[in-house]
Amino acid sequence: MQGVDALYGDSHVLHGISFEVGAGRVLALLGRNGAGKTTCMSAIIGFLPPRKGAIRLFGEPIAGLAPERIARKGVGFVPQGRRIFPTLTVRENLRVSERRSASSVWNLARVFELFPQLEERAEQVAGSLSGGEQQMLAIARALMGNPRVLLMDEPSEGLAPLIVAEVGRTIARLKDEGQSILLVEQNVRLALELADEVVILNTGRVAFTGSAGEARGNEALITQHLGVF
Amino acid sequence: MRIANLTHGALFMLGAYLGVSILKLMPNLWVAALLGGLAVAAFGGLLERFILRKLAGNILGQVLVTLGFAYIIADLCLVVWGGDPIPIPTPEFLQQPLRVAGFAFPAYRVAVVVLSVLVGMALHLLMERTRLGAMIRAGVDDMQMARAVGIPVSKLFTLVFCLGAGLAGAGGVIGGPIMSAYPGLDADMLPLALIVVILGGVGSLAGAFAGSFITGFVYTFGVALFPQLAYVILFLPMIFVIAFRPRGLFGKFAA
Ligand SMILES: Nc1ncnc2c1ncn2[C@@H]1O[C@H](COP(=O)(O)OP(=O)(O)OP(=O)(O)O)[C@@H](O)[C@H]1O
Ligand SMILES: [Mg+2]
Repeated sequence: MQGVDALYGDSHVLHGISFEVGAGRVLALLGRNGAGKTTCMSAIIGFLPPRKGAIRLFGEPIAGLAPERIARKGVGFVPQGRRIFPTLTVRENLRVSERRSASSVWNLARVFELFPQLEERAEQVAGSLSGGEQQMLAIARALMGNPRVLLMDEPSEGLAPLIVAEVGRTIARLKDEGQSILLVEQNVRLALELADEVVILNTGRVAFTGSAGEARGNEALITQHLGVF
Repeated sequence: MRIANLTHGALFMLGAYLGVSILKLMPNLWVAALLGGLAVAAFGGLLERFILRKLAGNILGQVLVTLGFAYIIADLCLVVWGGDPIPIPTPEFLQQPLRVAGFAFPAYRVAVVVLSVLVGMALHLLMERTRLGAMIRAGVDDMQMARAVGIPVSKLFTLVFCLGAGLAGAGGVIGGPIMSAYPGLDADMLPLALIVVILGGVGSLAGAFAGSFITGFVYTFGVALFPQLAYVILFLPMIFVIAFRPRGLFGKFAA
């Protein structure tokens, strides 16, 4: 995205945000509560079309399109709070999100291979799953669309440490398979482990852009913008 | 989606009148029901796309618009088809009563009951067993998120609205041999439809099924046993349900 401004009504939340996720790379988007991370996601997926600036997917402008069009062009979205479809079964959650293309890698069988627990619960309504399982389902659901870039908004939020580690391993595996990922995290340690690049937001402005290695080495930066490490 | 559509009685009546005209060209009730249903579905689609959709989020506004359209449709029917009741003939092969164990049942009514059960089952399978049905339910669960996984929710909801309107229209044609087409048919049908939905519960097919059975029996026995009180008796079960179970018998949302 390039020079993106976004507003909720009159309240100006994003100010000229620019960053780029390279093909097959993981970019961690960090910042304190209310910094504007989720708003960036909303701007990309089309929930909150930007007032100014451009958003491009592999060069093609997508700002202003309807969310379903953006999703079909290859943006996968794992929202904050998971937002699985609670009255649908696990299998239905996945089937309604399925989209095949010439280059598709993901289908029901492969997603179940990645998350065996979901296969066990395939016929259960999704609202009855545990928080960790719901997070797996939210990730699996996004993968079913065979996205070219995957947006993940705080996938570790509210999960037990063991489950957080599992989510981390899943993201690492997706990265190994060449999936481009935009990862929003409050868990800075996890994010810095997984990311290639890092962007730090502070009250709606980009405060830092650089490699994950640079960010890891710069403790002052992290304490200043993110608080405790 | 999730709006109380008060044009349903008028769409039923429009279907009945369209049936009258179609039957003049081709005298087959089932073909007339199909064509009448399609025409009313198309009308419903236009209403949803070009008028109700403009009022998204304004529930009261949407309900009032549907009420306004109910009056407009009723007056247009009066202009086109006149004020006298127009009977619709019963198909010949269903004119003889059905005799079972010494009782005689009107064959056409039995056929209508069977047909409506079949339609109900088809709707159930569509909603619960197909990917399309799951997509519609996903849209009801979380509209924004459904769009974010690529489901064209707005198109699907138009489709659902068309389906509802089309069924009302086809119902009007099929109800023709029992009720005929007359001004005021709309106002006679709408309360029945609302009572069925409130009794059974909004958003539930099983509820609609149960609600229509209860309403049908209560109304029929009410008319036969206490003709002066038929309407009162009709509303009584609904009042009890609202008082003690506002979601209706099987409903997911408060009515
Ligand atoms: N729907 C909304 N309407 C108005 N203001 C909003 C809305 N959503 C968020 N905001 C405001 O926009 C700013 C950025 O919010 P955003 O949700 O993007 O933050 P975030 O970085 O994702 O925070 P968190 O880490 O808590 O998820 C905040 O000040 C928030 O209060
Ligand atoms: Mg957020």
